[in-house]
Amino acid sequence: MPPAHALDADRPYPPIGWLSSGALACVVVGGIILASYAPRTAPLPLATALLCVAAVLLGTAGALLAQLRAFSWKTFGNVFKWALLAYAITSGMIEFAFIHDHTRGSSLLIVTLMLIIFALSVPTTIAFTVARFADLD
Amino acid sequence: MDDTVERDVASLAPVRPHIQVVPLAALPVVGAAVIFVALSIGFNWQWGLMFNHVVGGGLWTGIDLFVGLVIGPILGRLSIPARAEFAARFMPKMMIIMPTVVMMTLATGFQVARQAGNLAASSPNHAWLIVSFCVVGIMAVIALGVLEPANVAVLYEMNKVVPNGERIGRLMKRFIYTAGITGLMQVATLVIMTRLSSR
Repeated sequence: MPPAHALDADRPYPPIGWLSSGALACVVVGGIILASYAPRTAPLPLATALLCVAAVLLGTAGALLAQLRAFSWKTFGNVFKWALLAYAITSGMIEFAFIHDHTRGSSLLIVTLMLIIFALSVPTTIAFTVARFADLD
Repeated sequence: MDDTVERDVASLAPVRPHIQVVPLAALPVVGAAVIFVALSIGFNWQWGLMFNHVVGGGLWTGIDLFVGLVIGPILGRLSIPARAEFAARFMPKMMIIMPTVVMMTLATGFQVARQAGNLAASSPNHAWLIVSFCVVGIMAVIALGVLEPANVAVLYEMNKVVPNGERIGRLMKRFIYTAGITGLMQVATLVIMTRLSSR
């Protein structure tokens, strides 16, 4: 008789964790570029390009995730919601600091969108990593 | 071999209490830290900014160095059941401590740099500051993209009726390696920060 956990042995999954971590890396690099120019205006095309790449990576991760059938969605949802709360607070704190430092206009828009991707990508990576090893619903 | 490891870990199950992934009792402390940081930034409270940055940064660097270069190698030499027992008590605390000290350090660090004039391109410290952004950026991606997901996955695995010892060992290897890398990168942070404050 196989061991009890054999039924939930490591199943092959698309690289969702790597894609969402890639999105995180893009917004971190974009954030460094924006911060390194402060208080001057950063070159927005480069930051925008990184933001777009991050959005594509996270969107792809989301699309691949949505197609999963043999997956513990209950565990994913449980971990995702609490991680999202934690990283939404962190993102809010960073947004507050940028607004407090008089970041306005296009720069603020890019920062805000980057923070949204940050707040979604980290919980996605954590929740996916946990749920891929969890017992199926 | 794997079956032996699994039996060893499984044998811990009856005596092991359910692991609280995030210790809820510590959340008021986190809330207080968030409020303290927000007030310090909002009111440009110089002592508050410096307190949060120095205390948060000192703890972050010290913990990363200690975990990465002392605890990590010791963990790597322990048996998987021993690693699991240690992780069950250690990782939930790290789930609360690390994000809090990182938030304290980074949120106030940017304000401290701005007030000190280090963000200005003409500042002799500007280049060092950019290097520190890069070091922090790399550490953030490693910690948030690899280390923290592995931590949470280990805790969930250990809460199963029959934890998979091989899986716990594999995930903990991730933790040990990434903690080692961030520990080494903290040496760079020490060099940069002491350099910045001595100019």
